[in-house]
Amino acid sequence: MRIPLLRIVPDDTKFDFMRFRRISFPISAILSILAIVLFFHNGLNLGVDFVGGTLLEVQSKQGPADLAKMRSTMSSLELGEVQLQQFGADTDVLIRIPQQPGGEAAQQEAAAKVRAALGYGIDVRRTEVVGPRVSTELLAYGIIGLLMAVCAIFVYLWFRFEWQFALGAMIANVHDLVLTIGFLSLTQIEFDLNGIAALITILGYSLNDTVVIYDRIREMLRRYKRMPIADLLNVSVNSTLSRSVITHATVTLALLALYFFGGHAIHAFTATMLFGVVLVGTYTSIFIAAPILIYLGVGLGRQEADEGVAKFEPETAKTKAAAKPATTKPATAKPATSKR
Amino acid sequence: MLYISRWKMLAIIATTLIICACAIPNFFPQSVVDSWPKWAQRHIVLGLDLQGGSHILLEVDANAVRQEKINALRDDVRRVIRDNKLSPANVTVKGNTVEARIREGADSKLAFQKLQELSQPLGGLMQATGQRSVDVVDAGNGVFRLTVTEPALTERIRQAVDQSIQIIEKRVNELGTVEPTIQRQGVDRILVQVPGLQDPQRLKELLGKTAKLTFRMVDMSTPADQAVQGRVPPDSELLYGSASENKQPYVIEKQVVVAGEDLVDAQPGFDQRTSEPIVSFRFNANGARRFAQATQENVGRPFAIVLDNEVISAPVIREPIIGGSGQISGNFSVQSANDLAILLRAGALPAPLTIIEERTVGAGLGQDSIDKGIRASWIGSLAVIIFMFATYGLFGLFANIAVMINVAMILGILSLLNATLTLPGICGIVLTVGIAVDSNVLIYERIREEVRAGRSALNAIDAGFTRALATILDSNITTFIAAAVLFYIGTGPVRGFAVTLGIGILTTVFTAFTLTRLMVALWVRWWRPRTVPI
Repeated sequence: MRIPLLRIVPDDTKFDFMRFRRISFPISAILSILAIVLFFHNGLNLGVDFVGGTLLEVQSKQGPADLAKMRSTMSSLELGEVQLQQFGADTDVLIRIPQQPGGEAAQQEAAAKVRAALGYGIDVRRTEVVGPRVSTELLAYGIIGLLMAVCAIFVYLWFRFEWQFALGAMIANVHDLVLTIGFLSLTQIEFDLNGIAALITILGYSLNDTVVIYDRIREMLRRYKRMPIADLLNVSVNSTLSRSVITHATVTLALLALYFFGGHAIHAFTATMLFGVVLVGTYTSIFIAAPILIYLGVGLGRQEADEGVAKFEPETAKTKAAAKPATTKPATAKPATSKR
Repeated sequence: MLYISRWKMLAIIATTLIICACAIPNFFPQSVVDSWPKWAQRHIVLGLDLQGGSHILLEVDANAVRQEKINALRDDVRRVIRDNKLSPANVTVKGNTVEARIREGADSKLAFQKLQELSQPLGGLMQATGQRSVDVVDAGNGVFRLTVTEPALTERIRQAVDQSIQIIEKRVNELGTVEPTIQRQGVDRILVQVPGLQDPQRLKELLGKTAKLTFRMVDMSTPADQAVQGRVPPDSELLYGSASENKQPYVIEKQVVVAGEDLVDAQPGFDQRTSEPIVSFRFNANGARRFAQATQENVGRPFAIVLDNEVISAPVIREPIIGGSGQISGNFSVQSANDLAILLRAGALPAPLTIIEERTVGAGLGQDSIDKGIRASWIGSLAVIIFMFATYGLFGLFANIAVMINVAMILGILSLLNATLTLPGICGIVLTVGIAVDSNVLIYERIREEVRAGRSALNAIDAGFTRALATILDSNITTFIAAAVLFYIGTGPVRGFAVTLGIGILTTVFTAFTLTRLMVALWVRWWRPRTVPI
């Protein structure tokens, strides 16, 4: 007995993704503006790494933690606005103490005070104390790192493809980052060094997807010199669609496992990745990165068939594709090798 | 593409097996691995977030170093003026500059020349830089300005960090922890990482103390309560006792009888009469001689033992102490006596250190993270494996074997590098599982396309591999760039993520180019299929 294999995307899809750009571009523009407005209005929930201060993860040794009692203990210490938050199990509490005035040593004193005030019924499982100087540096490093990643990838793409592709990929990716930052601002997920790691990884993965589609577009450009560019882009996206969906399915499975079973410490990280890679990344490579090539003038130098006269039919192209390499058998590898 | 020579095949299998085998030591307890030959002992190191421990970043107080350097220069200038009979002179300190106004009518040429001698070339003989330690300016009218140069200050801070690292090493080693790492970071910082510590508070106390010990005489000319009101004699200073002595004020002479440098040993112990915890110490010959002389001249007077500007105790000298050894008592607990002995043995830091970043994870939380990380890894991998099998059948199985070998290779390479595995690092491995199958998906989807385009099975597989591999390379390089940037900017856990992500990409590309191809090639050779079952 043969169990039929799972086909998420049927063969030979012919979605007109390029026409959809008239909807997707305005939507993306509006969402990006919304994200920027959100960012400037709500800001990000910056973690201890970037604003300094103290973070304690504590666990009550007997029974659920008494948040109210802890809150009153904390407020009697006069350390500014101390935040308490249930963290996973009801015995676990996260305590955030804001940056104390008085420089580096003052942070340690505050942490020591809190430890002493908590008493013996409470186990301090994690302490993070970041002084004002280090937090400023970490934020600067984070931003520099993000810019470095964007630049390095741009340069790589520029070498590997024509500049239109590099630029298209970068626009798509900055769009990804902007939307993800908007998401972080909306949900107020804590943004710390892991958040920067998530953003840079999103950049890498989302580009990975874009590069796969671009690779195909480049291949098609070389093979079909007369196909109208919109059709060519459509064929490219359609023929890589199945791969895009399956790959994102596996990445999603991995991320979901991390999100639900990996513990609280990596929640913020995986949530950011889920949004950036799965939701935005896929959408971007199909609906933004590919269509934008039309505006950037990819394939302008080619002699396109007049769109009104010879409308491209995917079937004919495919038979042509099949017929051409089949006639010269040893040359099967040629289209791929000649690409480089 | 489908033909792979016998030698190549052997090479691929051998490489894979060797790399996978490198992961083996991780699955045995440390005690077993210790008995193996050295080359076989390389294993993955768990990060502080997984095994528990403290990460403490210290900064040398650059201002204190600067101040000390300028004070030394001021003293030097005074000495030069005195030795060359240029006084009466006026020496003042302004910022980094010492300004000296010498006696009117004195030989200013000679003064300039003598003051110039205070400036030394920097960098020693080996690397003469042409820079000097002090800028000397003749401002005319018998006024000279001597400025400590920036390179000289940086050099001094550098030295202070080097000395501090040695002293910290001694202190931390006394705690008896396993494999602490202490390293310089940047110009003026020291990173201390101590795994598996029960009580970071004690570590921090040991790190934060300068431990500058001095023995000085108590100034009896002014009662302490008068000094508190502001009448401190010029050659003395007002210091306070420790908290356990109710912060009692003392007037202490500035002149040091013996300092901590002259100690050769310090041990915790108990007083024979009161059985209180004490610290007993021994001076070197020089210290013993000076201490003997001071105690002989001052029988009946109290002297003070001062640690970091805090009076530990101020006993009265009952008889001259000539043996060069003595004991400090001062309301110690057993542990504080022990810690003081550690500090005294290790010596004083050249400048105060401030903790500017601390990250401590308890061992319990670390174990929790390991358990959850491993659970998430299994569930994630299983889900991906089932999905791939459902989608591609036999070829899915090939992909799954490749992914499992992929993970084994990541662990192998991490072991080879003695790399540190952190919780985000585990995330990186799980993500690699999700993304590694992408290379198989790219190949298989391409094969599907070629089949649909009307090729024969063999042709389609061949073309699918050929065309997909270029794409695999292209698409993975972007992610690799991201990982490289993360490695460059990240520290600790984030760097751990970058490492596993980067290694995961390398192994993914390797397995796609070799193992998957090998498996499919062997299958084609043995079954000679006419259709592709995907």
